[in-house]
Amino acid sequence: MWQRLMRMLVKELLQLKRDRWARFHLIVPPLVQMLIFGYAATFEVYHVGTVVLDRDNSQESRELLSRFSFSDRFRVVRIAHTDAEVAEAIDHDDAALAIVIDAGFAQTLRKGQPAPLQVIVDGTNSNTALLALGYLNLIVERYSSDYLADSLVRAQAAGPVQQPVRVEIQQRPWYNPDFNGRWFFVPGVVGSLTLVLVVSLTAIAIVREREVGTLEQLMVTPIRNYEYILGKTVPFFLIGLAEVCLVALFGSLWFGVPFVGNPFILLLGTVLFLFSTLGIGLLVSTTARTQQQAFATNFLVLNPMFTLSGFSFPIASMPQALQWLTYLDPLRYYLVVIRATFLKGVGLDLLWPDMLGMGVLGLVLLTVSVLRFKKSLD
Amino acid sequence: MTSVAVAAEGLTKRFGDFVAVDGIDFTVAAGEIVGFLGPNGAGKSTTIRMLCGLLRPSAGRGLVAGIDVAADPEAVRQHIGYMSQKFSLYNDLTVIENLRFFGGIYQVPRASLPERLAFAISMAGLEGREERLVSTLAGGWKQRLALGCAILHRPPILFLDEPTSGVDPQSRRRFWDLIHSLAADGVAVLVSTHYMDEAEYCDRVALINRGKLIDMASPAEFKRTNLGGELFLVECRPLGAAIARLQDTPHLLDVAAFGNSLHVLVEDSAYDSESLTALLRQGGVEVSLAHTIAPSVEDVFVRMIGRTGGPH
Repeated sequence: MWQRLMRMLVKELLQLKRDRWARFHLIVPPLVQMLIFGYAATFEVYHVGTVVLDRDNSQESRELLSRFSFSDRFRVVRIAHTDAEVAEAIDHDDAALAIVIDAGFAQTLRKGQPAPLQVIVDGTNSNTALLALGYLNLIVERYSSDYLADSLVRAQAAGPVQQPVRVEIQQRPWYNPDFNGRWFFVPGVVGSLTLVLVVSLTAIAIVREREVGTLEQLMVTPIRNYEYILGKTVPFFLIGLAEVCLVALFGSLWFGVPFVGNPFILLLGTVLFLFSTLGIGLLVSTTARTQQQAFATNFLVLNPMFTLSGFSFPIASMPQALQWLTYLDPLRYYLVVIRATFLKGVGLDLLWPDMLGMGVLGLVLLTVSVLRFKKSLD
Repeated sequence: MTSVAVAAEGLTKRFGDFVAVDGIDFTVAAGEIVGFLGPNGAGKSTTIRMLCGLLRPSAGRGLVAGIDVAADPEAVRQHIGYMSQKFSLYNDLTVIENLRFFGGIYQVPRASLPERLAFAISMAGLEGREERLVSTLAGGWKQRLALGCAILHRPPILFLDEPTSGVDPQSRRRFWDLIHSLAADGVAVLVSTHYMDEAEYCDRVALINRGKLIDMASPAEFKRTNLGGELFLVECRPLGAAIARLQDTPHLLDVAAFGNSLHVLVEDSAYDSESLTALLRQGGVEVSLAHTIAPSVEDVFVRMIGRTGGPH
């Protein structure tokens, strides 16, 4: 067995060494994608185009609007003078948000009454709209509490006043005190890139041998199923490990994402994750006759896995049926492990269910593909 | 009695409703070269693939080295070499890397490996090209290297599925010399081909059509018994008028154009060259030559396929 397995491994590594295309694709695109994801994939909202219409033109209204001008969340792109101008700015996508202050704003405030502030938001991109509204609320709240404090100070100068009771939220974000989106995404990119690479490489490598005819040639030799499959998967397992190290190191050095956890726990998680991705790749290769078919199947398999993994869409917000489906997605578990080891530094006592999930998936997938592989020539 | 290396007993393969191989019986003895002849889709490859254990027979069985292939395909594999028309080598590996790989897969003992590799290299005529990538080799070399890889473990039985397709005639000739030297060492060879001239190199030919074994005999016997008449070579002008004249003539079995001349098959002793010439001249055809010839396997093959129905 060892002689045959060693020969398989030597052969695979030689082929890989000769394959300039593969060498390039193993290193450059993952790093480029890491950069793109790191910079582009963010749900944070900055510089929301904003149009303002100030009909009050008071000290108060100007003070409030200036707070928007100074915030980097908003960028005032237009000072409108009519409602039509406001509508036009939003219709033409110049602005996603409009703030309209009606005449009498300051007067109402000075009377100590709640003053209305009209906000129009372009709901086309609901996510951006919601986040922008959130930031807007923060700014307005801050303004009103400052205003209140000011008027209290003025009133106290005149005589003792009873201070109104207020509830204040004190935010204490753990693990990512600045809510830095990259800290969330960079570890996730490591997982999803590895998934795509390992599944495609494994699937294509076997299908290519089937296409060329060398698989048939090997089938009539005394090589055993498991020897062939091991010979095919061990190199990709090693590549997968190297890929995780490369991308994780690059991502954390470039973007400064901290790694606070135990690297051995991440290693264990990565090994288990690679088992399941190799299993998926093998399974794809048993269903495909040509490389095109394998590509198509990969696409069908990988996209839902990505969507269901919790990479960007919170699993808790999915319909129940889809939430159950995520348990079949190894990336789901790996993202938990990799984010937890990078950012939280939690241990096996908390991560064991995810490790178990990947282990079980890997075992089942590998077993099924080995069994299917045997029949697949007939 | 020579020992039987391969035996097919009622070997059948169905793909759905389609019967690719229909109850074939034959044997191949050690040291014998058996050629499979038949049109494309006749079932030659399917039969060979069943005997290699690549396909499971729907009925019947194949015995290879005395082992039932379907029952224990793994046990058979140590005894066989297989080579298909695709010359399944790794194009991105060098000559010597391919050989070492297959040597390792066949578990050739370390002590005898250098000698086997050297033999395969010299057999393929690849001395001095050991470090060449296979993708840069011409077809004939690839073919001989594939054969070299398939026999590294010295199998007593060799299955060759159209091994010479797409190779130049000189390389084909050389390849057949190799096959003959292997058979002389006692290797049983089952080879499929669609080159009729190659049939003459075989000890016995098996004609397969529509999944059925039509006949199996030595090339000489095959020609003698299956033609069913006498064959004349007729050189004449114009060919079209001659063919028209000869069609529907009593006792005349077949007319086929072969280049500038005709092959005319007549019932035994129905015509001689003079009466055939006279017949044609009556039709205004100018005859320059007419005499009997020994049929080639191709003549017989065309005739028999015509009789048993064309390809599926």
